Amino acid sequence: MATASDAPNQGFRLSQLIYDTRYRSLTIQVVVFILVMGGMAWLIDNTVQNLQQLGKDFNFGFLFNRAGYDIGQQLIPYTNDSTHGRAMLVGLLNTLWVSLLGCVAATVLGIVIGVLRLSNNWLVGRLMTVYVEIFRNIPVLLWILVALAFLTEVTPAPAAYRVNAETGEAQASMLLFDNVAITNRYTAVPAAEFTRGLGAIETPLAPISLNFLALAVVVIVSVWANRRLVAHANKLQETTGFRPVTWWKSLLILFGPAIALLVALGFHLVPPELKGFNFTGGVNVSNAFVALWLGLTLYTAAFIAEIVRAGILAISKGQTEAAFALGLRPKRTMNLVILPQALRVIVPPLISQYLNLTKNSSLAIAVGYLDLRGTLGGITLNQTGRELEAILLMMLIYLAISLTISGAMNVYNKSVKLKER
Amino acid sequence: MSDTHAQTVAYVRDTMLEPKPAPSTQTGAVKWLRDNLFSSWLNAALTVAGLLVVYLLFTHFFPWFRHSVWNADSLKECRDIITGEFGEGATGACWGVIRERWHQFMFGFYPPELYWRPVLVFVLLFVALAPILFTHLPRALLSFSAIYPLLAIWLLWGGSVWPVVMTGAGFVLGYLALKLLGNVNGIIAGIAAFAVPILFWMFAVGPIDDLLKQIVPISIQSVDSDEFGGFLLAITIGVGGIVMSLPLGIILALGRQSDMFLVKSFSVIFIEFIRGVPLITLLFVASLLLNYFLPPGTSFDIILRVMILVTLFAAAYIAEVIRGGLAALPRGQYEAADALGLDYWKAQRFIILPQALKISIPGIVSTFIGMFKDTTLVVFVGLFDPLKGIPDFIRSVFEWKGIYWEPFIFVGAIFFILNFSMSRYSMYLERKLKRDHR
Repeated sequence: MATASDAPNQGFRLSQLIYDTRYRSLTIQVVVFILVMGGMAWLIDNTVQNLQQLGKDFNFGFLFNRAGYDIGQQLIPYTNDSTHGRAMLVGLLNTLWVSLLGCVAATVLGIVIGVLRLSNNWLVGRLMTVYVEIFRNIPVLLWILVALAFLTEVTPAPAAYRVNAETGEAQASMLLFDNVAITNRYTAVPAAEFTRGLGAIETPLAPISLNFLALAVVVIVSVWANRRLVAHANKLQETTGFRPVTWWKSLLILFGPAIALLVALGFHLVPPELKGFNFTGGVNVSNAFVALWLGLTLYTAAFIAEIVRAGILAISKGQTEAAFALGLRPKRTMNLVILPQALRVIVPPLISQYLNLTKNSSLAIAVGYLDLRGTLGGITLNQTGRELEAILLMMLIYLAISLTISGAMNVYNKSVKLKER
Repeated sequence: MSDTHAQTVAYVRDTMLEPKPAPSTQTGAVKWLRDNLFSSWLNAALTVAGLLVVYLLFTHFFPWFRHSVWNADSLKECRDIITGEFGEGATGACWGVIRERWHQFMFGFYPPELYWRPVLVFVLLFVALAPILFTHLPRALLSFSAIYPLLAIWLLWGGSVWPVVMTGAGFVLGYLALKLLGNVNGIIAGIAAFAVPILFWMFAVGPIDDLLKQIVPISIQSVDSDEFGGFLLAITIGVGGIVMSLPLGIILALGRQSDMFLVKSFSVIFIEFIRGVPLITLLFVASLLLNYFLPPGTSFDIILRVMILVTLFAAAYIAEVIRGGLAALPRGQYEAADALGLDYWKAQRFIILPQALKISIPGIVSTFIGMFKDTTLVVFVGLFDPLKGIPDFIRSVFEWKGIYWEPFIFVGAIFFILNFSMSRYSMYLERKLKRDHR
């Protein structure tokens, strides 16, 4: 059926490609495609020519050659006889490790600051505002450098912890009941050890500690059992109107087996001890790591505080009042009405802050902590002279991390999205 | 009053009592203290903790600031003066380093006799920004805003005036082509607007430039890129990046919202790639890889290379901010534009973008603040940023070896002032542009 809006049928003319809205988008897409592909071809052609001129090729074989440099902090076994590929892996794990610890600490600190900023205490509110504004408006690089300068310039040398034989006093004293010593070279913290440990499975990538594996299994099973318990209580409540008391059972199920396992394995902490000029026994965490972690944490916490504050403010007072009017108790109001709505506002920007923190961890270059950028994009790059491969690989890895995190965020967003119509 | 009352009540007051003053706990400072600092036990504990923090900060830092020394030429001299005046073991700030080296924090290694040029550029920046920020100023001033970027480049780097004029001439030719051919055919005019300047820059500029240089040799002393440093470098890269990234970001945001599959996918890939990698890796691309991607033998200025990558970086973030603004517009606005018969670009120009950009202002400003903070990362490709490059250089001489806190405080304070005022301005702008009444 022909309607008035149909174009008169005159056969196809070339000008329709431009003036006819039915074909125009196709034309534009073809032009864009040709331009983009042409641009890519131009870049690749230039690269090939440049590589030829320099007498280089494009291959990742260098990843299997001997690295020949040492890395201060290794989460998996590594020596300077290992390959560049393994050095890259160590660096990647270091990146993830500092990011993970940074995210945890920044979240805790950020929530505390965000909530305190909303408190009706005038003094504390102002102090937290000052904190947020100062840390948000100054580059994170400065905070990392300040943390490093503080650790290396202000803290005492390890020898200062030695007890003087004559006076019976040391120049510096350890923190947290003689468990932590902050020195100008490293921070000594207690090490976790098992007297009746289960050993480890050797794999080519890294030894997998059976102790931690067993602990993880026990925790997962406990969490699952606890969920069953709560589900059972809910069901009972819905059928009979009576809810059994579960809190002590939950506590027992969640923590009992794990504690029992730790006791059975003989878990204990070994505090660091000063032997000669250095602390031994515990773990000596390098100042580079602590400075990077501290700087990232303090900086990101300011942003997280703002997110938490905005999330709490976003829930109007009417919601609380409505819940009270329905007869919900304050705790249930918080759990069933306020938190689900506030989390929907808080979590997406929170995760993008985690992403920022992970990317900012590449500032490790400023303190000499060997992360992914320091190994693959630093020493490996300089030793092998393969800028193109190293930097492209490094970008791809960072991209993979980012896409994984933002993929997780999308899944979350979908699960909490307002179900409309 | 009834008779009964008159007999039963001995005395009836017939004047009002003077109102009594409120109890002392309910007025003035005491009430304020009770409400704001000691309303509950928890609050009282928090107040005490807060006071303790303030006290500790004060006792730690105040003596240090009180013992400030401005007139000293080395750290050792500073310490001697402090020990002499305040006794053994006293510590104090040594601002002598700022007094002696402030020009390096500000200008890097820019020739001192030419400091007037960056200062002039900085002042003119506000003249160029004025007609954009304040709409009631005469529109003719916008033409100055248009030539400002070229003027700034010439003043900062110096050299002959003609290459800059030729670059500007290319844009003018493109505009003329668009205007002249616009009446004949829109498509041809559009293509010509791109082709004419490119052909002009590729073929005509060289000979004309040489000729003009011989006839009218106007030039000022040229300054190399490696003489840039400090806040001059940070502001140059920051402002250059934001000016170039805004249009690119708008195009990318429109591309991502487009119905055309290929355009949308290319935009998404570009945005997600850039947002997924740290700026440092992009700076390494600028310093190490850009030479691979360009035709053999091309090599250009490091600041320009960094600026290009910073622009791409900021554009991806701005695109996401503007996409948020586009998505926040009610669907009816798009439909109303269609119903008026506006084509895509007209609808974007008159209906969609003005509203979407208005919504995005806070996001754009915070992107800019973030980018300005990130300009400090250029130190890792060998440029002298004010935060690490310049202080490291200053510490490398014997006199100032080991001076940490004073440069940190000085540079941090400048960053704080600039960024804090920008964020306040964006909050003011947000309130001013708000049209709904909530």
